[in-house]
Amino acid sequence: MLRYLLSKLMTFVPTFIGVTLISFVFIRALPGDPIIVMAGERGITPERYDELRTQFGFDQPIYIQFWDYLTGVLQGDLGTSFVTKKPVWDEFFALFPATLELSLCAIILAVLIGVPAGIIAATKRGKFLDRALMSTALIGYSMPIFWWALLLIIVFSGNLGWTPVSGRIDLLYFFPAHTGFMLIDSLLSGQDGAFGSAVKHLILPSIVLATVPLAVIARQTRSAMLEVLSEDYIRTARAKGLAPARVNGVHALRNAMIPVVTVIGLSVGTLLAGAILTETIFSWPGIGKWMVDSIFRRDYPVVQGGLLLVAVAVMVVNLVVDLLYGLINPKIRKR
Amino acid sequence: MSLRTLLATTGLLIATAGAAAAQGTLVYCSEGSPEGFDPALYTSGTTFDASSQTVYSRLVEFKTGTTEVVPGLAESWEVSEDGLEYTFKLRGDIPFHTTSFFTPSRTFNADDVIFTFERQLKDDHPFHTASGGTWEYFDGMSMGDLIASIEKVDDLTVKFKLNRTEAPFIANLAMDFASILSAEYADSLAAAGTPEMLNQEPVGTGPFQFVAYQKDAVIRYTKNPAYFRDGLPKLDNLIFAITPDASVRYQKLQAGECHVMPYPNPADLAEMSDSEDIVLKEQEGLNVGYLAYNTQVAPFDNPVVRKALNMAIDKQAIIDVVFQGAGQVAKNPIPPTMWSYNEAVTDDAYDPEAAKAMLAEAGVSDLDMKIWAMPVQRPYNPNARRMAELMQADFAKVGVDVEIVSYEWGEYLDRSKDVDRDGAVLLGWTGDNGDPDNFLAVLLGCDGVGGSNRAQWCYEPFEDIIQKAKTSSDPAERTALYEEAQVIFKDQAPWATIAHSVVFMPLRPEVEGYVVHPLGSHIFTEVSLAE
Repeated sequence: MLRYLLSKLMTFVPTFIGVTLISFVFIRALPGDPIIVMAGERGITPERYDELRTQFGFDQPIYIQFWDYLTGVLQGDLGTSFVTKKPVWDEFFALFPATLELSLCAIILAVLIGVPAGIIAATKRGKFLDRALMSTALIGYSMPIFWWALLLIIVFSGNLGWTPVSGRIDLLYFFPAHTGFMLIDSLLSGQDGAFGSAVKHLILPSIVLATVPLAVIARQTRSAMLEVLSEDYIRTARAKGLAPARVNGVHALRNAMIPVVTVIGLSVGTLLAGAILTETIFSWPGIGKWMVDSIFRRDYPVVQGGLLLVAVAVMVVNLVVDLLYGLINPKIRKR
Repeated sequence: MSLRTLLATTGLLIATAGAAAAQGTLVYCSEGSPEGFDPALYTSGTTFDASSQTVYSRLVEFKTGTTEVVPGLAESWEVSEDGLEYTFKLRGDIPFHTTSFFTPSRTFNADDVIFTFERQLKDDHPFHTASGGTWEYFDGMSMGDLIASIEKVDDLTVKFKLNRTEAPFIANLAMDFASILSAEYADSLAAAGTPEMLNQEPVGTGPFQFVAYQKDAVIRYTKNPAYFRDGLPKLDNLIFAITPDASVRYQKLQAGECHVMPYPNPADLAEMSDSEDIVLKEQEGLNVGYLAYNTQVAPFDNPVVRKALNMAIDKQAIIDVVFQGAGQVAKNPIPPTMWSYNEAVTDDAYDPEAAKAMLAEAGVSDLDMKIWAMPVQRPYNPNARRMAELMQADFAKVGVDVEIVSYEWGEYLDRSKDVDRDGAVLLGWTGDNGDPDNFLAVLLGCDGVGGSNRAQWCYEPFEDIIQKAKTSSDPAERTALYEEAQVIFKDQAPWATIAHSVVFMPLRPEVEGYVVHPLGSHIFTEVSLAE
């Protein structure tokens, strides 16, 4: 197992260097000069422009700029935002817990509903329930997120008043961010009702963010289950007279899980990169909106550093998925 | 978490326990996150609302709801005969905020004024580059060239010496970048090796004290009990709930999760004005959206051609479609809320037939031209692409073929400055200091050619007038000069003036005393909440 882990970790190195290079080149390949964008309609004098170019290091040849960036990264320095003048590292860790908390809630919701729905659809193949579940999944998959989120807000927050419109917790509560995870911090604060408020604020954004992965997971579970259910050993198990629940739940499901875990892992990866629409609509202070704003402002350090950190997070998720494969199927572990 | 932040937050918890629920807490659903809290480093209104308009005060200030300049931290000032020396008498006994991160040992004095301006003025000042400084407004208003020196006469008297006479100088000092910072606080940060905190944990003399900022989520302020304007602020606490999406802000306002929201969707305005739970305030914005011809390239060097094209544009249709009613047709290059606005000027009538005849008379036929459409939304132009399409259709009616071009915003700003630019540019301007010079000299003066003067228009009779107005200190004389300048502008038509936007502010009915500010700031000093 250790060797397996080490060999997986070794693949991190080239990926890491690749992402560093690509993010560095990508943001510079976009047209638009950060200094001109910063100055806006008012413009900037040529002297001031040159001064800022020197300050930001743009007067150096591109390979020197990259070398400076890379050596900085290896020493744990991702640079300082052109706009907020704060270290990229600090900004990322102020926002990432919010993204992580929301992503985890969404993916848990998607798995808890999507996997059983897929199993039910597979066992009732061609029946009404199968068709109903799969049509719903298709609708969920094709739903415009922006519209869906506003619809939920208007119905549940506006008309019914059951959930708050946006934010992470009621403004009444104010406590230090020990972990950045509102569910944990609200418990630690010991303030009455804080945890409940945090949970309420999570409901709608989690549902919205879970919608697409849920649909994908349900459909993937169904097709994987159908494939496994047609295998010889399932027929044998049935012929031995095992209860259908045991055949479906143990024999079939475990073998159908590999592609499902892959899909779940990919979904988590996508969510961690920040769900820009969901975060914008629910005023959720995560990294999606931060990254997009930075691209528009040509805030090079934030875009480079943010992409790199997100890539690392995604690599970690992929590693976890690889390890899970090993747990589910010992044959993979030994390979 | 550092000990300091921990102490800060704990202290605050005690201070605000229960207070947040109290009547005196106003929640403002702001549209975005501030870039920082040092207003001199930035140019966006979002940042100013969160810093200069709450935490700081200035030597002189704009009276809320007007562009009139009134005394602020300076109780009076004198201008020398030659207009080159401004001596400010400062108010005494004004304390800086005492916060969890700073306790001042002295009150506001001349050193703070000198610190505030010298850090922007002098390249060798220790705070000139401390925050990765880009003093955009200070430079943009040419304050660096203008100010020769700043001297401390005594603790409560400061003298500014200028290199040339400049009538709008006082108005410039009321702008956000001129917010007065504490020199003592800056020194203590420098000594602690954390000068960058000046931009993150602000200390000022303004109506509200900074409490905490949770990035992209919430900014908290509490009342400054020692604010120098008697009886203000009326609120005990002020909270900015950062809500980037306009539809969501509207939902929050309806649900009572906030009291005031800026920048509503134009499509929601009709519903808002019908709603009993919402009061919709409106005011004309201090801005102008225009189409600037390149007056140095034929045939646009001929005023008759420009005038003819102006007559071909159906501006009312643009107001209806692009602004969805939240705008008004512009006839002058300055907005109607600005002093010296010339009511007597008549706009070019929409008349495609006459326009066609004028073009023929000028010997122009089969004209092809480009219209540049901005890629971003601005208050003075919510949808430049759509506006350009409407103009394309209008110009087609007079036989002019239009190609619409666009570039990334930075490129757009840069390339449109080019003196040899091909095509007319859609752009606009929002006033900074309420002075007509800020529009007429910046956007249409000879110095701006190849820069902020996108029409590349340098017309001597116009230039003489605005230069004369710049150096005069007699308001009546300046008004007359600017009125005349507008007549010349209309006659020469370097731009098609298109629109001034109308600013709408939806509020809850319990909000009292809110005034929409023409310069675009959102100010809560005089606001209170009904029981």
